[in-house]
Formats: sequence, C-alpha cells, structure tokens
Amino acid sequence: MSGFAAMLRRELRLSLRGGGDVLTLVLFFIIVGAIVPFAVGPDRTLLAAIAPGIVWIAAFLAMLLGLERLFRPDHEDGALVLLRQAELPLSAIVAAKLIVHWLVSAVPLLLATPVLAVLLAMDLDSFGRTMISLALGTPALAAFGAIGAAVTVSIRRGGLIAPILIAPLSIPVLIFGVGSITSPQSGAATLFLAALSLMAVALAPFAAALAISSAED
Amino acid sequence: MTPDTEPRLNWWNRMANPGQFVAWTTPLLWPLVILTAVLFVLGFWFAFFNSPEDYQMGDTVRIMYVHVPNAWLSQFVYAIMSVSALGTLVWRHPMADVSMKAAAPLGALFTALALFTGALWGRPTWGTFWEWDGRMTSTLVLLLIYLGLVALWRAFDDQLRAARVIAVFTLVGAINIPIIKFSVDWWSTLHQPASVFRPDGPRMPMSILVPLFVMFFAFTFLFLVLHLKAMHTEVKRRRVMTLKRRLAQGGPA
Amino acid sequence: MTDRQVFSPLRLSASGLSCGRGGIALSTDIGFELANGHALLLRGPNGTGKTTLLLTLAGVIAPLAGSFAAEGADPDTRWLHYCGHRNAIKARLTVLEDLSFWAEINGPTGMAPREALAEVGLGTLDGLDAGFLSAGQSRRLALARLLVSLRPVWLLDEPTAALDTEGHALVTRLLDRHLGMGGLAIAATHDPITLSDPTRLGVLQLERAP
Repeated sequence: MSGFAAMLRRELRLSLRGGGDVLTLVLFFIIVGAIVPFAVGPDRTLLAAIAPGIVWIAAFLAMLLGLERLFRPDHEDGALVLLRQAELPLSAIVAAKLIVHWLVSAVPLLLATPVLAVLLAMDLDSFGRTMISLALGTPALAAFGAIGAAVTVSIRRGGLIAPILIAPLSIPVLIFGVGSITSPQSGAATLFLAALSLMAVALAPFAAALAISSAED
Repeated sequence: MTPDTEPRLNWWNRMANPGQFVAWTTPLLWPLVILTAVLFVLGFWFAFFNSPEDYQMGDTVRIMYVHVPNAWLSQFVYAIMSVSALGTLVWRHPMADVSMKAAAPLGALFTALALFTGALWGRPTWGTFWEWDGRMTSTLVLLLIYLGLVALWRAFDDQLRAARVIAVFTLVGAINIPIIKFSVDWWSTLHQPASVFRPDGPRMPMSILVPLFVMFFAFTFLFLVLHLKAMHTEVKRRRVMTLKRRLAQGGPA
Repeated sequence: MTDRQVFSPLRLSASGLSCGRGGIALSTDIGFELANGHALLLRGPNGTGKTTLLLTLAGVIAPLAGSFAAEGADPDTRWLHYCGHRNAIKARLTVLEDLSFWAEINGPTGMAPREALAEVGLGTLDGLDAGFLSAGQSRRLALARLLVSLRPVWLLDEPTAALDTEGHALVTRLLDRHLGMGGLAIAATHDPITLSDPTRLGVLQLERAP
C-alpha cells in the first residue's frame, strides 16, 4: 500500500505545485457560469430556472480542461513507460491519479459553486441540492474523463479529440445530475447519479490502464 | 513475456493472415452483391406496390421500410464492432482490427440515415423534423459515439497500435450505451409524455411485416457487403502504407 | 569472483526475435542468451532498432515474430529496470522526492535514496527542484533509480548520453557492481564501455532489416 500512498503524494504535490492550475480551473468554472446571463439576459426568474443546468455545464467543461495534465505529462517525459514497470499495478496507479484529479479539480469547483449560486439567483434549497448533485456526479465525470484521456494519450494532439469522446459518455451524468436538482423525481435521479459514479469509478482504472498499456510507447 | 506461438485452428490461422482473408472472401463478394440487389428489388416492389397505406399516415408509412432497418443496423453495427473489439483485445486477431475500423464509418452512415429518415417521417406525422424523444435522442448520442470513433481512428498515426486502444474505448461505449439509453428515456418521459407513434411488432398485419422483413434483410446484407469490401480496402491500404514506408527507408519494396 | 550473489539464477534467451513499429520490422532474427553476471551491448547505426528492441524486451512493444523468455524469473515480481533515453523527471519535485517516489513505487529493496544520490554524485543536491538539474545531472538521477530498487535485469538505452568522463566511469562502475551481484544488463550505446572483467561483456551487432 505504500506504493499507492506514494503515488497519491506525488500526484498531489505535482498538482498543487502546478503553478496555479487549480486556480485556473476555478476561474474558468466561474467565468463560464457568469457569461451565460450576458447571452440570455439578466431576468432573475429565467436564470434561477436554468441555473442548475448552467452550473453542471460549467463543471463539465472545467473538468474537461483539467484532463490534459492527467496522463500527458507522464507520457511526454517517459514516466508512463516506467510506471508500467512499477511494482504497483497500472490500474492502481490510474486509480490514484483519478482520486487526486477529483480532489484538485472537482473539490475546488464545489467550493466555488456558492459564487455561481449568487450570480445565477439560485434559492437556498436548489443550492443545497446542487452541491449534493455535484459531489455525487463529479466522480463519474472524472472517471469518464480519465478513460478519454487514457485513450488519447499517445495521440500528439489528443487534447482536441478527448472531449469529443467523453461528451457522449457523460450525457447520463448531466441528465441525472441536473435531474437530481430540478426534477420531480429528484430522489430517484440522485440514486441513479450515485450508482453511475460508483460504476464509472470502479470501471475507469481498469479501462484506462488497458488503454494506456495498449497504446505502447 | 513469451509471445503466443502455439498453433491454432486452421481456418482461424488462415483468417488471421490479411492476404489469405482477402483471397478467401473475395469469391463471396459478387454473390452477396447479387443477393443484396435481389432483396432490394423485392423489398422496394413490396414497399411501393404491395403494401397497404396506413389509415392515418397514408403513403408516408412507407418510410418505415427504410427507417426501421437503418435503426436496427445502427445498433447491429455497434454489436459487430464490440465483438471485433473483443477479438482484438482477447485474441489479438489482426482481422478483428480491420473489421472494427471498417465498421465505424458504416455504423455512422446507417445511424445518420436512421435519423434522417426518422426526421422525414416525423415531419408529416408529428409536424416537426426533430423531437427530443427518447429513441431519437439516444440514436443521436449513438451517432456522436460513432463519429468520435471515426475521428479517433483518423487521429492515430499507427493504425496497428490504434486498434487495441480503440477496442478499449469501443467496449466502454458498449457498456455505456444501455445506460445512456436508460437515462435518455428517463429524461424524455420526464419532460413530455410518450406520445410517439410506435409500430408495435406483433400487432402489425402480415402485409406490412413481409416487406419490412425483406427490407430488413436487404439492408443487413448491404451492410455485410459494404463491410467486407471496406475490410478488403483497409487491408490493401495498409499494404500500400507498409510498402511506402519501406521504400522511404531505402529498403526494397 | 568474490562478489556477493544477490540475484537468483536467471537466463534470458531470445530467438528469431523480430521487432519494429507500425508493422515494419527494424531488425529481424535476433537471438541471444544471457546468464547471471553478464552484459550485452547492442551496437548498430541509427535506425537499426536498438531502442525498439529494448522496449520489446521490456514488454512495452509486442514482438513481430520470435520469442523472448526469462527462465527463472519470479512471475509475481517485476524483474527488470528500463532506463530509456527520456529521464522521466518531474521539474517540480525535489531530487530526493523524485527518487523516493520511484523507490516506493518500485519497492524500496535497494539502496536508501540518499545513499543512491551520493553514489551517482548528486549527494549535495537532494533538496533542489529537479527542474534545475542539467542534462547530465538528470541522467545521473535517472541512473539512481536503478539502485534504489533491486531488479536483476537492467535495460539501458544510451546510459551515457549527456554524461561527462566521470559519468562514463560511473556507468562502468554501476554496471560492474550490478554484474558482480549476479545481475544482467542489456545496453544500447555508441560509447565504448570497458568493464573490469571483459569476459562478462557480449556484443550484439544490429543490422538494418532487409
């Protein structure tokens, strides 16, 4: 297990010393959310009605943005080949990366959500539901993102194609994520969202590890 | 570490060699083309002249004979791709790579046709080209997945290396498609009651079922012909690529 | 030989091995046998597939034909170190953090990281961000990875690249000791390598595939 802890530690160090990567993601999240009123008008009732959807879209885009640093730096400096030779299985390495990716990209978004809630005229009830649905749904976004990043890691400009692959897979996350805030069956949607996250997080390390080891050097 | 060198079944081995595969399956091509053409002639004759109008929709019901087979193919092709992906990952079968690659654009084509004919049918029936109904929406998502796969194939420089990676993604997609379908159904029933015309199979009269079945087989064979031909083309394309690279490296062609 | 034998008997054998990328063979019909305490130098002009052969032996690339086997290797543990031409060093970790990470993830079975840093001549730089290392120093840090986890087989791709004369001596010293402990090594290099016991060293000349 010390290998897994070492992997977590390394990833955390690399992300937190990453020269403001976390801050960039949070800013991106807020800007995407804040730009919508300029497009649809400042009508508070309209904004409040579409706010859950906007927050989810902003979270989805921000998490896509952070994917580039998941495997690509390790691929480019040769570390990925060495990680494949490590005593720790590659799927565990991917799992550690996934956990840290969620910690440094989703958790800051959760913390920044109050800002968007105020800007988009959310009431307290739907703000609380939004926090819960983001907390439950972002692991699935991170997991699908990790699969997309692993599949495209050996493509030179894979950063362009990864979102195309990830977006269709993420549609259920968006549906149940927004559904758990606004729909009359929000209880069922919340459960589906949690189930989806569990499944995606369980599947992603193996799928991503298989994709990475198939991509060869 | 040791590569698998044990002898496998004879036909399996023969299929594994791309050259042998082409030589083996080329004689099948023309008979399949003829069969497909006959099925289409028969199917269109039934569809245009020998099937009843719908009492509500009139002649537009005939779009169904094209729409339903395409909708079936949009899923059948993904099943073929998933089986090929397993062939690539589990048995490292070289022709499985080729089959997977050849199927992706065909799947995108048939899915797009299903959406297009669905829209043509929807205009006179529901009064709109597009409705965010469960089936149409999940077909649209399926089309996006196909297009993503086509883009992924094109993004790789080394097609041999691409195959295993894309196989992983194809299988992830296969696991996800039922989930997407379920979520989209949940979502669409939430926003509007299911009001879409659905041709429920068993209650359809024979006069509609027979042409539908013929068209169904015609389109399936059309896919098989196109798939086989696309596989041959892909084998040849790879051979040309190999020769080009060998020539560029100064070796004998 | 008075050296302590650390590694259990291991025999690497390749026969009819053909490796390449994208379905194009770079080198064909490679065969060799390598036993404990012996090293193999891969020689050959650029483009003859030395790196590809090393990656094939490391299991990263599938061979196009032929077989490669390690008799006596414990299938439950990793038994080879690959040291590629890229150093895999993170600029934002300190030298010690980087090495300790690899020690833990590969199993801290060899030297302590500080000891290994002193061995490769980076003893005083352990707190420095690895991004500030020069090319030669980065190479030394990559070599230190071989020391912190004991694995019987070393696959080295241009181990002396960017190293000064003292660095060349370091590579020779590390190889000498590794072979003395019963280790095996396969190295692709253009530089001359003279071990203290020349009988340990074999040479495999790679030719361009016909």
